[in-house]
Amino acid sequence: MARAAFIALCAPVLLTVLGPAAAQALRPYTVAGDALPQSLTGTRGDATRGRALIVERTSTCILCHSGPFPEQAFQGDLAPNLSGSGSRWSEGQLRLRLVDASRLNASTIMPSYYRVDGLARVGASWRGKPILSAEQIEDIVAYLATLRN
Amino acid sequence: MRIAGCIAILVVITGAALAADIPQSDRRSGTSFMGPDSKAMQDDDTANPGMLWVLDGEALWKRKAGTADKACADCHDDARTSMKGVAARYPAFARALGKPIDLEQRINLCRSNHQQATPFAYESHELLALTAFVAEQSRGMPIATGDDPELAPFIERGHALFMQRQGQLNLGCANCHNDNWDRKLAGSPITQGQPTGYPLYRLEWQSLGSLQRRLRACITGIRAQAYDYGSPELVELELYLMTRARGMTMETPAVRP
Ligand code: HEC
Ligand code: HEC
Repeated sequence: MARAAFIALCAPVLLTVLGPAAAQALRPYTVAGDALPQSLTGTRGDATRGRALIVERTSTCILCHSGPFPEQAFQGDLAPNLSGSGSRWSEGQLRLRLVDASRLNASTIMPSYYRVDGLARVGASWRGKPILSAEQIEDIVAYLATLRN
Repeated sequence: MRIAGCIAILVVITGAALAADIPQSDRRSGTSFMGPDSKAMQDDDTANPGMLWVLDGEALWKRKAGTADKACADCHDDARTSMKGVAARYPAFARALGKPIDLEQRINLCRSNHQQATPFAYESHELLALTAFVAEQSRGMPIATGDDPELAPFIERGHALFMQRQGQLNLGCANCHNDNWDRKLAGSPITQGQPTGYPLYRLEWQSLGSLQRRLRACITGIRAQAYDYGSPELVELELYLMTRARGMTMETPAVRP
């Protein structure tokens, strides 16, 4: 019994040490209504980095969304234009939409960017990792909050 | 009773609205989503790079191979008659194996059983060439896959795979190819995912490629674990796509961007 508890306690540490190949522990968060009011990192993100992340193909946002990114020739039209996101939603609401949009709309096609459970057949190189890190989520939230019109 | 009935109807309606199959009259081949240059390349046999594989396939068809020292033509004669319409009804149920096989697997079965030669690797030049040559004999014919009642459970499984959400992006084939086929993913048109032109020449690949290669690319795109070439799951997906496309015209070798 005691031994099992000890191993269980050590497991998160081991996983962190083992690095990217092993499961990453997500930071805990508390949902309030349709928002996630607290920063995942405890600090504010960087809006400039957030914009750069959104237009990067690997972040996948502009596969589906368009937005105020005139330099980007290829933007998607599967999802709302991101212009004005900061007027429509609070930072907390934007954060929850990024972390786990399926909590708000179970059938949404928008991926959950900060979730590792409840997914089927994730490819080996992505398994156990969220699509974006907590820092990246905060940077994107900080940028989206500036999109007012 | 009445309330339960209403709820049941509502469930059916919303279920349909979320992942509606494409109505017959709206079905469109990937060709119709292409620009005029790619279309012109597909339509002109002297410009269509896929025809190079077809020509190599024709040469392989006539070449003796294996311990049996037999060519495909020794058993099947002129492909223009014997292979007409064959690709349009694959994947087909293989009674000896108790499961469906695709055209590549059928060709490799002939190679091992009748020519007593080693099977070709998936995506090898030879297998693509022979498959393209055989499939080209069905060009212009309507797809007719799925008549054999033995196929029913396999089609159903392929359908389930098509609907299943998977991968880190948690998307199913249907999310794009049933629900959003008139839209754009970044710059590319999302087509209906119709299997009408395979094997086909993809400009991005700079090569001919099989339907399984295309399916593996979409599966990796949603960051899911791609099934191995020849796996039952990929054959079931091919089978479902071909029955979904019944009546559409075979276009092998098509061109895609
Ligand atoms: C596969 C498609 C897809 C991807 C990828 C995607 N989204 Fe979305 N997103 C949607 C859809 C569809 C909605 C509409 C609401 C819904 O379906 O829940 C949405 C809604 C939103 C909203 C609320 C928009 C509004 O004004 O109502 C924001 C903000 C947002 N997404 C930001 C992002 C960001 C940032 C990324 C990348 C990190 C991203 N999305 C990636 C499909 C996507
Ligand atoms: C996020 C969107 C998305 C998802 C999910 C997706 N695909 Fe695709 N698929 C595409 C796009 C975009 C294309 C065409 C553009 C290209 O060639 O890259 C395509 C092309 C195809 C084609 C080629 C059609 C042709 O005309 O040659 C087939 C077949 C296909 N997909 C099947 C599938 C199957 C089966 C699945 C699920 C295992 C799937 N797709 C999942 C976006 C998607």
